[in-house]
Amino acid sequence: MDTLFDVAVIGAGVVGSAVANRLSRFETKTVLIDAASDVGAGTSKANTAILHTGFDATPSTLEAKLVHRGHILLKEYARRAGIPFEETGACLIAWNEEEQRALPFLHEKALKNGVTGLQFLSPEKVYEMEPHLGPGIRGGLLVPGESIICPYSPPIAFATEAVINGVTLRLSTEVTGVSVEEGIYRLKCENDEIRSRWVVNAAGLYSDTIDRMVGYDRFTVTPRRGELIVFDKLARRLLSHIILPIPTKVSKGVLVSPTVFGNVLVGPTAQNIDNKKDAATTDRGLCFLWEKANTLLPALSREEITATYAGLRAATESGDYQLHCDPEKHYICVGGIRSTGLSASLGIAEYLVEFFLNAGLNLVPKERYLDYQLPRRPQEFEFLISGNPDYGRLVCYCEGVSRGELWDALHAPIPARSLDGLRRRTRCLQGRCQGFFCLSKVTSLFTEVGVSTSSLLEAPSI
Amino acid sequence: MSVDFDALVIGGGPAGLSAAHTLGKYGLARTLLIEREAELGGIPRHCHHAGFGWFDLRRVMTGPSYAKYRTRLLKTAKIECWTETTATDWAGSSALRTLSPNGLETISAKAIVLATGCRERPRSACLVPGSRPHGVFTTGALQQLLYINHQKVGRRAVVIGAEHVSFSALHSLERSRTKVEAMVTELPHHQTYPIFRWLTSTLHRVPILCNARLTQIFGAKRVEEVEISFSTGERKRLACDTVVFTGNWIPSHELPRLAHIEMDDGTEGPRVDTGLRTSREGVFAAGNMLHGAEIADVAAIDGVRAAQSVLEFLKGKNGWHARAIPIETVAPLKWIFPNAIRSPADIPPRNHFILRAQTFLNRVTISVSQQERVLYRHFFNRMVPNRPYYLPSHWISRIDSQNPIVVSL
Repeated sequence: MDTLFDVAVIGAGVVGSAVANRLSRFETKTVLIDAASDVGAGTSKANTAILHTGFDATPSTLEAKLVHRGHILLKEYARRAGIPFEETGACLIAWNEEEQRALPFLHEKALKNGVTGLQFLSPEKVYEMEPHLGPGIRGGLLVPGESIICPYSPPIAFATEAVINGVTLRLSTEVTGVSVEEGIYRLKCENDEIRSRWVVNAAGLYSDTIDRMVGYDRFTVTPRRGELIVFDKLARRLLSHIILPIPTKVSKGVLVSPTVFGNVLVGPTAQNIDNKKDAATTDRGLCFLWEKANTLLPALSREEITATYAGLRAATESGDYQLHCDPEKHYICVGGIRSTGLSASLGIAEYLVEFFLNAGLNLVPKERYLDYQLPRRPQEFEFLISGNPDYGRLVCYCEGVSRGELWDALHAPIPARSLDGLRRRTRCLQGRCQGFFCLSKVTSLFTEVGVSTSSLLEAPSI
Repeated sequence: MSVDFDALVIGGGPAGLSAAHTLGKYGLARTLLIEREAELGGIPRHCHHAGFGWFDLRRVMTGPSYAKYRTRLLKTAKIECWTETTATDWAGSSALRTLSPNGLETISAKAIVLATGCRERPRSACLVPGSRPHGVFTTGALQQLLYINHQKVGRRAVVIGAEHVSFSALHSLERSRTKVEAMVTELPHHQTYPIFRWLTSTLHRVPILCNARLTQIFGAKRVEEVEISFSTGERKRLACDTVVFTGNWIPSHELPRLAHIEMDDGTEGPRVDTGLRTSREGVFAAGNMLHGAEIADVAAIDGVRAAQSVLEFLKGKNGWHARAIPIETVAPLKWIFPNAIRSPADIPPRNHFILRAQTFLNRVTISVSQQERVLYRHFFNRMVPNRPYYLPSHWISRIDSQNPIVVSL
């Protein structure tokens, strides 16, 4: 472990992976570290899967700037790397007079944030666009650029591209202490030390802990739990836009949105909790969402529920990101990214690269850079099946995932080594049957790469 | 690529196999059966208990032997079968798009029999809150893990549900030396035969918690504990590492729903007449997609009935000319199958209707009526939820061709 890295990025969530990805374009030695056994396995895996334009961010905050920029960059990247996304546009819906009065202010705010093309909608127009919405709508505002996106692919694509371009990935590596010797950081891990000239703290829920290890006491992360319900794909026809509520100070409120996989998602709730590991759903949260779903889109009550989950947003006492660059200490903190990490990720990464350049880190662009593309869906590219029949051999019927795609995910540069990892890469087991038909087949595929079913299912020793 | 057949059967479980076999037996050569699994046979393949085959084949077998027997029957009838072929969507009104190792195909057919069966509602669909650890299964997933992967799943389990299939799950768990701590049902009693209940209480000493719901799951990586809430308001925690959701069937009704075929609110499957025709001309249905979940034998008998209708249809007798008169049930009845009548000349499978109740009913008279006119009354000494009750069908000759038929207490 004698390698001296130029930059150590702590946290392989969507933000950390984006930073490592951008750094991998230059001749630097970068290491991407995460305590979990996979990339994007923390806060990044459970969100509303929306690529925001940043129209409703508080103008002139860093968050507003970076979400706006990140939105443009991620769309570009998604097109190139094959990350599924769809520009559905969003409708802000006013359900009462007070909300109706707020619409012009939101419009103004959007303009301040550089988001244009918004349109006021009469109730008639709203019902024409979304005939299944519940009764009582007073008006709406159409935000054209808002998109739905696959929430799992961005961190995986960013990190994979970084790895194939020379970034060292250290998973299952928890940083337990930070010390500095002769201007070199020593990151203490369980079994060894990682040495680096610079440290980027993108540790999400634990960014405050790392920040304290470096010697600051600037903020505290309070996990804000958001619960979500995903409805069956048969509900997709009920909706064509993202339906946003009028945001309040606490949260953006409960939205209804189609997903790129063809489901309908309702959520999130917003509840501050103490435990950074407690991503459990609650009776209260699910009942609240169920009722909300029935008010917003009454026909949903007749559809099946495919999944429920909860995610933890890294909220702090501040209203803005905790993005602190310290050129003296060679330390950058990217904390308190709350709920906009996915949208802002590439914006944040670009911002940091600029900072590095200004701070005198010698960043020389690589002559050869390998672009990474996510595996393509055989159902859309039939020639794949003629090349390898396994691409036509479905294992997960609900989501249409073939044996070939599962094999690819198990043998990727960053391979899936857990059911959850495979789920995020391929969507297998995420569908309506939740494993009724395919769980045993999926688990037996893992035995081919040396992962036993009992360890996959965390079976108690027998 | 595009292919054309006279009849296309979707699903190689008991209903699909018997439908295709019947079509073959009567010499309709151009029949194709597609099955998405690599093997024919459907769910019975991993139901390792006896009780299959009595009603349709007059012999008693275990699930796997029943599946093998039906597959052999089909092979002898020389019906073309494509396994590992999944119907993904419709391509017009009488054709389906499929995906298989051969690529993407469009199969069109004059008659289509939907026999895609049903599945159990998983934890998420039951909205059970809590953490999301490993160790939560449905009976389907459990039995495949046990009998196909030969994988022991845990040490202590809680079974949600107390209908026939729940006891099948219990049997599978106990056989793999997983102790079942309790069965939990929202209803006031179990819903199986007294002999099964007696066996579980004496042999395995499994308590059945009635009027109770699973209200929370705890555990970080693996299930550690569950919370059970009783209708009295009392709450109880049980330590376990495995939770099995059983029963609570939902038909695999995606194909008919994508085609906007009329659905029945009770069964949640397509509405079918007594000849098992759906609302769309040329599309038939059979098996547990219509009545989740009856035993394999009943599904197989549906298959025969649907095949008879297909043969008539191909010979030019179009049953869709007559209007379908819906049959509706009134609570506490849950559903009736078949749930429409087009022609009194069409007799339902086995010459009776299947009726299900939502709650336990004692000494009830069921009346079948059209407006004020009572067509038929039938007395049941007891009706148990999640169990079939058979209603004779001779009254269908007395219906008028206008008004909906209502089945109520």
